[in-house]
Amino acid sequence: MGMTITEKILAAHAGVGRVEPGELIDAKIDLALGNDITAPIAIREFRALGVKGVFDREKIALVADHFTPNKDIMSAEQVKILRDFSREQGIVHFYDTGRVGVEHALLPELGLARPGMLIIGADSHTCTYGGLGAFSTGVGSTDLAAVMATGSLWFKVPESMKFIFRGKLGRYVTAKDLILFTIGDIGVDGALYRAMEFAGDTIDALTVEGRLTMANMAIEAGGKNGIFAADEKALAYVQSRTSLPFTVFASDPDAAYVDVREYDATKIEPLVSAPHLPENTKPARENGTTIDQVVIGSCTNGRIEDLRLAAEVLKGKTAHRDVRLIIIPATQEVYQTAMKEGLFDVFLAAEAAISAPTCGPCLGGHMGILAEGERCVATTNRNFVGRMGHPRSEVYLASPAVAAASAVLGRIGHPDELT
Amino acid sequence: MKAKGKTWKFGDDINTDEIIPARYLNTSDPNELARHCMEDADPDFMKKAAPGDIIVAGSNFGCGSSREHAPIALKAAKISCVIARSFARIFYRNSINIGFPIVESPEAADDIRPGDELEVDFDNGVIRNATSGKEYAAKPFPPFMKEIIEKGGLMNTIKSKR
Ligand code: SF4
Repeated sequence: MGMTITEKILAAHAGVGRVEPGELIDAKIDLALGNDITAPIAIREFRALGVKGVFDREKIALVADHFTPNKDIMSAEQVKILRDFSREQGIVHFYDTGRVGVEHALLPELGLARPGMLIIGADSHTCTYGGLGAFSTGVGSTDLAAVMATGSLWFKVPESMKFIFRGKLGRYVTAKDLILFTIGDIGVDGALYRAMEFAGDTIDALTVEGRLTMANMAIEAGGKNGIFAADEKALAYVQSRTSLPFTVFASDPDAAYVDVREYDATKIEPLVSAPHLPENTKPARENGTTIDQVVIGSCTNGRIEDLRLAAEVLKGKTAHRDVRLIIIPATQEVYQTAMKEGLFDVFLAAEAAISAPTCGPCLGGHMGILAEGERCVATTNRNFVGRMGHPRSEVYLASPAVAAASAVLGRIGHPDELT
Repeated sequence: MKAKGKTWKFGDDINTDEIIPARYLNTSDPNELARHCMEDADPDFMKKAAPGDIIVAGSNFGCGSSREHAPIALKAAKISCVIARSFARIFYRNSINIGFPIVESPEAADDIRPGDELEVDFDNGVIRNATSGKEYAAKPFPPFMKEIIEKGGLMNTIKSKR
């Protein structure tokens, strides 16, 4: 019996020839990530352990992205813990305001996430790097502390599910719609403890950024990781960003899956996920819900391709007078590229506010919090109760195209309603 | 190890944003976090719950953000354990890693009613409902995880091996 990519990467890092789903293994970690919310606890635990130095100062990334630029004294104190620890330990990859980006957009950009790696992060959306063919998964702060001290961590080998998409996507249908569709199909615990592998000609045609968007939301179906085979496009992306080595793994034709689902992608429409679960997917077109705010950004859809798409829809238009439009480039590089390409001119003419890279409103942190009863269309990944502010506010998840169109319409709608 | 307390019941897909909202995450102080425990699922929870009380929930408890602040808040709020149909993966890991007892039992999760008095025996995995007189079996932990729980968490396990 063959093995899946996920099983092969785990076996290689556990130093064994083969692993089976359900098996508990101890595996070596190539990269460990923490942010300004989760790393302070990990650092506290690390210190309590009494270990002197971290396992490898080049394999730890500490990214102060959630409340950056520091929103208040308390969050500034959290970031200071990261800064002091990074100085003391000589951590190479510490990023703070001015150099920071939303962690899962930043690490691929820096070439820190590569195919075949085993990456853990004390952040649930660490599953993003599966878009490049890495096994990456979110863990907790204590796990991060254990890795910083020992360089390895326990895992239960997940069963794999396979999702095959066939056919050409319609106009304004994006990778975001494919993943919302998938979560709508299997539910928020449909892939609990499992690996989600994506394949098919629709997936092959996606950009690397689109695959990162899809892998990012594997956790919203309960998945342990999302994974894509690294193809020519993925290799070109990685090689343009780093000369560090990596290994490419592919699933065997006779690998075992607990579930294989095949979808006709030509039938998928632009979608929104209504409150308060990502599985509540509905066509954007039939949805007339009026809105108060639109946020375009985050680790899901704050990359340059996303801003280009938003600008394409917004060009020559203005946000509806009842809507606050907030655009947050995910990293400094995205910010600079968007500016150079003139996207900011389009956004500013559309009366958008452009923010420095930050998680900000995505988790209800700052830079665009909702009042009681307010509704927001966001390109983020979670629409839980209170996620973006008041417990009685609402978040609708959508692609940058739908979000931009909704900003102009003042209600949820399809981009082609503007033309 | 045993837990004894009154039941507070919650539904499916209780996420970590509800267990501890992000607006309180500018600190990692357990007692500060405990003050807001379960606030977005039930704003009065901390006024009503007594030390030792037990949360019983549906499937996918603890989904969403990886914040370890969630089990830390529950532990500091002196909730003695959570019984659920199923747990989200990272919450499950985090709870084991910090030595916070969680019990998976679909049967118990469905049958137990709000306010029921429960006794949970973690050694043999038996949940006794003192109100209804019924007993339920919990799924046992694999030996590897049992070791982590018995040693009081992952860090203590690492310490003991050094
Ligand atoms: S952008 Fe949102 S989902 Fe992504 S890491 Fe930041 S808070 Fe988490």
